[in-house]
Amino acid sequence: MDIFNSSQDSLVSVHNLTFSRGEKKIFDDISLEFERGKITAIMGPSGTGKTTLLKIIGGQLFPNRGNVIVNGRNVHNLKRDELYTLRRRMGMLFQSGALLTDMTVFDNVAYPLREHSHLPESMIRSLVLMKLEAVGLRGARDLMPNELSGGMARRVALARAIALDPMMIMYDEPFTGQDPISMGALVLLIKSLNTTLNLTSIIVSHDVHETAAIADYIYVLSEGKVVGQGTPQEIQQSSSEWVQQFMNGAADGPVHFHYPAKEYMDDLLHSEKPLFSRHRPSNDRTAKRRRYS
Amino acid sequence: MMDFFRYLGAGTRKSFTKLGRASYFLISILTGIGSVLVRPRLLLKQLHSVGVLSFLIITISGLFVGMVLGLQGFYILSRFGAEETLGVMVAASLVRELGPVVSALLFAGRAGSALTAEIGLMKATEQLSGMEMMAIDPIKRIVSPRFLAGFLSMPLLAALFSAVGIIGGQIVGSGLLGVDDGAYWSQMRANLDFQGDIINGIIKSVVFGFVTSWIALFEGYDAIPTAEGVSRATTRTVVNSAFSILGLDFILTALMFGDN
Repeated sequence: MDIFNSSQDSLVSVHNLTFSRGEKKIFDDISLEFERGKITAIMGPSGTGKTTLLKIIGGQLFPNRGNVIVNGRNVHNLKRDELYTLRRRMGMLFQSGALLTDMTVFDNVAYPLREHSHLPESMIRSLVLMKLEAVGLRGARDLMPNELSGGMARRVALARAIALDPMMIMYDEPFTGQDPISMGALVLLIKSLNTTLNLTSIIVSHDVHETAAIADYIYVLSEGKVVGQGTPQEIQQSSSEWVQQFMNGAADGPVHFHYPAKEYMDDLLHSEKPLFSRHRPSNDRTAKRRRYS
Repeated sequence: MMDFFRYLGAGTRKSFTKLGRASYFLISILTGIGSVLVRPRLLLKQLHSVGVLSFLIITISGLFVGMVLGLQGFYILSRFGAEETLGVMVAASLVRELGPVVSALLFAGRAGSALTAEIGLMKATEQLSGMEMMAIDPIKRIVSPRFLAGFLSMPLLAALFSAVGIIGGQIVGSGLLGVDDGAYWSQMRANLDFQGDIINGIIKSVVFGFVTSWIALFEGYDAIPTAEGVSRATTRTVVNSAFSILGLDFILTALMFGDN
């Protein structure tokens, strides 16, 4: 058993995490705490490695430095079997839903139950129907994943994620690409599941308003660092220019609208290939063609 | 010049790392086979999609290859007045070479490419990752059953190919060209060696089945999870399988038939 000096009410603690992909540092010595029974959001612009963070917490990727404690156990020191046992209690909702495409909705939700329990089929049926009822899709049990809309697929995936009654769920961009109605349904669902099942939720998102509406605590990440943290109110009133730009969706600010480049005028006037040259390229090409013909 | 060596070195290193990954992958497939045997239903489903659905292409190709062999063999053998031995010629070429090799090439094109595309797309749509997070090992549930199905189907498909081909040769030989039917079969039975010809042919197809399934599954699992990555992986499966089949066929033939 690993014992660390993380606070007692944290289900997941990330300590001094550093992770690089090739030359690029995705996380630079960040520490995060996720309290039991709370909804904690991680926000930041696309490409800040939010999904990567979930994969590190789930033990699918290994950090270069630092450690991740889930329920008192260091995820990256576990043996394979221990990790798999731990994962049964960690639900994850992928952005695409990640439903198995060759099975019906019912079988998808039943899949983890059939794999991990020896329950009789009648009990599995009741459990699956209960989980589907919780996400409002009991009537869609016989559909195939390709017959579902994006929002429905995510709700089915959510029913599958809670099938084994996990202690926590990690949501990877749950609101991206949803129409207002299914977005509203998902927001409500995440909130109500968190209270009724006493889950700990980690939401990774860049949808500011939806996330701020249900989160208890927010971390804002940028370029591998935590640039702001606090309750939604504290984040809204944050004095950090960066956090303000992100929360208000301003096009220019500490994060520039323009990708780094040399001076605009220089670029236009001194191009690498002069716009007008004495030898026109078309002549060269005809010359070459003549040689080959 | 330096660039050339640098390029050569990087390429070599890259292919060796890939070979290492592929070997590691093979070990995990093989250790996963035990859990497939506990769940025969997973295997049956894959035997159907990998094996049974390849029946048609193998049967039709086998028939035509046998018919062509009958025609070509007859014209050559009749010059020496030996058209009665047509049966031996057709059967020996099929059982020793064409059966295992051509059916393996067809298998790589039909079933291998499908396996790569399927696994690659499952990776691209996070299905494999999703299974891992549900604490279900995708190698055991997805990859190993497919490997075992490919490995078991290949020798059966090769045998089917040879059998249909022999019938094709007979249709052309005795049906159209007038070779004596009895001679076709009796010469075949007298001159084909069970150990030397048939068993060696089966060994070849077992090896090809192993290698083709391994390549197809590895390329899918190792694919870059994008549309382009999966399409490239599928191409690599067909190309690499074809090279491996033909190369291994030469080595196996040299080992089996080299000394007589």
